[in-house]
Order: sequence, then structure tokens, then C-alpha cells
Amino acid sequence: MIQEALFFSAVLFIIGVIGVLTRRNAIIIFMCVELMLNAVNLSFVALSKLYGIAGQVFVVFVMTVAAAEAAVGLAIIISIYRHHENVDLRNINLMRG
Amino acid sequence: MGLFYTFHFYLFGVIAIISAVTFVTRRSPVAAALWLVNTMFCLAALYVMMDAQFIGAIQVLVYAGAIMVVFLFVVMLLNLGHASDVTDIVGGKTKLAAGIVGLVLLAEVFVLWKDDTAPAPVPAQRPLEPGVIEQVAAPLFREYLLAFEITSVLLLAAIVGAVILAKRRVT
Repeated sequence: MIQEALFFSAVLFIIGVIGVLTRRNAIIIFMCVELMLNAVNLSFVALSKLYGIAGQVFVVFVMTVAAAEAAVGLAIIISIYRHHENVDLRNINLMRG
Repeated sequence: MGLFYTFHFYLFGVIAIISAVTFVTRRSPVAAALWLVNTMFCLAALYVMMDAQFIGAIQVLVYAGAIMVVFLFVVMLLNLGHASDVTDIVGGKTKLAAGIVGLVLLAEVFVLWKDDTAPAPVPAQRPLEPGVIEQVAAPLFREYLLAFEITSVLLLAAIVGAVILAKRRVT
């Protein structure tokens, strides 16, 4: 059962990676990052059955970081929207150099 | 583990993966967000089945409840127009590259599947009773107390940063 959970976790993570690479909408890319964090959480919970409760404690921390990241990231998206009137990543190249 | 348990474990896992694929391929951000909520509910079910009831509960409350509502609020706030002309999936070459990356990662998974060099399981200090919050809370407030307190600083910084970034310039 732990193996299956780790497999599901890996597949979800890969789907998240492919989403980040193929989408252009900044909001959807953020949601893909959330999906990757969820996949890692699934790994933590599965392995906490083998290696003790610390995995579940770490999931709590990951969720906190995810909430903070969502707040800051969405604020950044809003301020990008104020500049460009859309959230297409093709237009966000101010730091290209 | 009975057949009932195994069947539902696979069922929720497969639904989670199908929802995730649907989520990545939707054009409309709102539809994508709702499919992602579905994935998160299935993950909560998997957590409960793996004796992590507390994590399952806060998965529903924090992820599916709070974070996704924030995402939907931002989608609503930005008013991006019709879905077909905003969320363009990038062209063939990038899609091919993404597919190759995905295949490589999947191959790594199968290599690790065959490999049994995982470290030996540590015997739990206390017997893990299913569903007792104390099991999660005691280490959180003892061994990980410093990390817990630093998390509050992180949240404060995130709140201040979000407010500063999102507020309009007062001229």
C-alpha cells in the first residue's frame, strides 16, 4: 500500500511538472505548483507509516508554506495584471536582461 | 488489509490522477481549479485511509477550503475574459520537451520501483494509534517547537508582503 501511494505521488508530481512546463496562464501554473506540493505531502504521509510520525508533522509545515506561497504569489499575479492587463507568461520578461 | 480497503485505495488514487490530468488540460482557470479541488479531496481520502485522519481533515479545510478559494477569488478579480484566448497551451516544441521530461521522470519512478535499497524502517517510539491528534501535536510542540515558531514569522512576512504587493500605489 505504501508503494502504491508513492507511485500515485510520483505520477501526480509528474503531471504537475508537465503542467508548469506547458501552460502559459500564471494562475494555472501556480495551481500546478500546489499539485506538486500535494504529491509530496502524499509521499510524506505514506512514509510516515514506516518511519514514524515526523512525516505527518512535516506535512503541517508544508501546508503552512503553501498557504504563505499562495498569498504572496497571487499578490504578485495581481500586481503583474495591473502592469500588463493579462497574466500571460510571454509578456513577463522584464528581467530577461 | 481487506479487499474493500485495497479497492477503495486504488479507486481514490486513480480518481486523483484522472482529475489531475483533467486539471492540467482544461483551458478555463475556474474549471481547472475545480478539478484540482477534486484531486485534493481524493488525496484527503487517501490520507484518512493511511491512518492520518488529522492531516486529511486539514487537507480539506486548508487546501480545498482556503487556498483554492483564494485562487478562485483571484480568477474572479482579474476578469481575464473568455478562456479560449487567455490560457493558451504552448506550441509543439515545448509540448514535446515537456513530454520528454515527463517520460524521464516516469522512468526514474520505475527504476526506483525495482530498487530495494530503501533504509530499514525505524521502529516507532510509541505505538501509532490511528487518528489520535496527540500523535501529531506532541512532536510539533516539543521537538519541532523552534520550526513551529519560525513558521509564525513566515506567515507574518507573507501577510505583510501580500498586502504591500497587492495594494494600489497611493499618489
